[in-house]
Parts: sequence; C-alpha cells; structure tokens
Amino acid sequence: MKTLYMFKNYHHYDWISLRQMNKAKALILIYLLCLCIMPSIALSKEAVPVAEDPEVEKRMLALTMDLRCLVCQNESIADSRADFSNDIRREIRQQIKANKNDQEIIQFLVDRYGDFVLYNPPVKPTTVFLWFGPLALFIIGLGALVVYLRRRRVQIKEVTLSEAELKKVESLLNENKGKNV
Amino acid sequence: MMRYLIPLFAFMILAAFLLVGLTLNPRQVPSPLIDKPAPVFQLNHLHEPEKVMASQDNLGKVWMLNVWASWCVACRDEHPLLVQLANSGIVPIYGLNYKDERTTAMQWLKRYGDPYTISIVDQDGKVGIDYGVYGVPETYVIDKKGIIRHKQIGPVTVDALQKTIIPLILELQKQV
Repeated sequence: MKTLYMFKNYHHYDWISLRQMNKAKALILIYLLCLCIMPSIALSKEAVPVAEDPEVEKRMLALTMDLRCLVCQNESIADSRADFSNDIRREIRQQIKANKNDQEIIQFLVDRYGDFVLYNPPVKPTTVFLWFGPLALFIIGLGALVVYLRRRRVQIKEVTLSEAELKKVESLLNENKGKNV
Repeated sequence: MMRYLIPLFAFMILAAFLLVGLTLNPRQVPSPLIDKPAPVFQLNHLHEPEKVMASQDNLGKVWMLNVWASWCVACRDEHPLLVQLANSGIVPIYGLNYKDERTTAMQWLKRYGDPYTISIVDQDGKVGIDYGVYGVPETYVIDKKGIIRHKQIGPVTVDALQKTIIPLILELQKQV
C-alpha cells in the first residue's frame, strides 16, 4: 500500500524528498521483481523434461549450438523454434541414439546443407580470407604505423638552443606569468 | 596529392564490396548436392497410398522433383507455371508433398490443378532433409543418371524457366 501511495506521488518532486524517492524506486523495483519471479517459480514445478534421455539431449544441444538454422539465419539450431530446426534436432537425436559420433552427424548435415550450416567454417581455399584476413589487415596496419612513426622521428629533430635563445625563451615565459593563461 | 587519394580509393573498394553484397540473397544457400547423386528414396503415393515410388524408377530419364505443401503460400505462385510446364510435355514433374495432410494436399491439387506425374508423400520431412530442403517450394532437376543438376530455391519463375531450367533440361535430354 505504501509503495502504491508513493508511486502515485512519484512525479511531484516537491512533495517528497529525493531520498524518499529513491526509497520509493527501490520498493517499486522489489515489487516488480517479485511479480516477475513468482510465476516462474510456479511454472518451474510443472516443467516436464524435454526428452526422455537427458544425456542425448545434452549432446544434441552441444552440437546444435554451433549449427546455423537455415530458415532464421542468425539463430543457432539449438535456439531456433523454426520447424526446420525441430526436424534437424529430431534427426540429430535419432542419430545420437544410433551411436553416431559428433563428426559423423556434422558431416551428415554438411553433405546436405553445405558449410553454411556451420557457424565455425573449416579452413578452405574459399575461406582463407575469412580466417586470415583480419590478421593480415592487422599486420598491414601495424607495418604502416611503424613506418609512419619512424618517418616522424626523422622529421622531428632534436634542436639545441644557444645561450641567447634560452634567455629569450625565459623572458617570453615570464611575460605570461601572472596573467594566468 | 596521393596521400589524400589513398583513403578515397580504399573507401571505393570497400563500397564496391558492400554494393555487391546488397545484390546477393542470403536466403539462397548454394546446395552441396549439385552434381551429386540424388538421394535415394522410397515413398508412398499421395493418391494411392498403397503404391510406392522409388527414386531409381526414374533412372534413364530427365525429371523434376518439386517440393511443395498445401500450407506453403509461395507454392501457389509457382503452381500455374508448373501446370503449364507439365502440359507442354517437356519434362515429367514429380511432386514431393512435404510435411502435409493427405486430404488437404489432395484438395489443393484438385483446386489448383495437378501437374505431377506422380505425387509422393514425405510426411515427417526425412527425405526433405536428405535433399537439403530448408524451405518450400524447392525444385530439383535430375538427369538420366540420377544426378542432381540444378536446384531452384523458392518458387519457379518464368525467368528461371526460360533462362536456366528449360535450356538445361533440353541439354540433359540430349545426353545418353
């Protein structure tokens, strides 16, 4: 009831102090958090296991995490709810139960859908730039930086001042003193 | 002068790459099955469920396999073209009814016309996975030796038929 009262007056800054406002904010936050958590607590009791064999499910999830759903291309097959992903997950479950190893299962999918199904593409002539392009660009950039810095060092030569020049500098510096520049 | 032009050239190269990228369609994933033997299947007919069709039955002729479903909206777009192509007698089209209800599928064919020499049923999408189907419709051109020669992703269009599919089929039919 108290939170509600404060909430009502929330936009009247002159009615309540800043401290009270923070308190109100905190209370509202706690109240909302409770609202969020409560249904999930209630639901978690009713949740049923996804598959009869958790071991198979674990392996299937680990595999599909790195596989692309071809329908919703920015989602992994593990995350996607698309029909396509459902089918692939079912297929992988069946293959795991048939004692296929991970390599075989991934090869099965690559044979049908191509490397595009992999989020982690293999190193091939066509993917060389993908794998080593960033490194090449970094090395080129580093080289350019070194060349640039070396050239600059040549350009900026150390200058030694004569006695007369030093005095001039000092007097110029003193001129500005007190002016608070 | 050059030091000002270099960034400009670098930018132009980058822009050219991005421009080309804009024209590409990320939904068109090239199939690794092109020029590979078509996956073998044995599936029940749609109209006469007790009959079975095997993919090997089609060895020795060029044929098209069209993956379709009554729930697929884009299939309706390409369907008149398929009916026309079937009537022309250029190539036999086989329909793979993908993850569909038998009765709705048959009603659909009755309503929009049936271009298929034989319709077969892939109820659970297993054969679809073998063929690398990830969307409907998809159409495959398979040659006399049972090799997949072309895959049309998405609906068949007049353009695709005239420029790619029909010339390819005529070419393949000449082969022994």
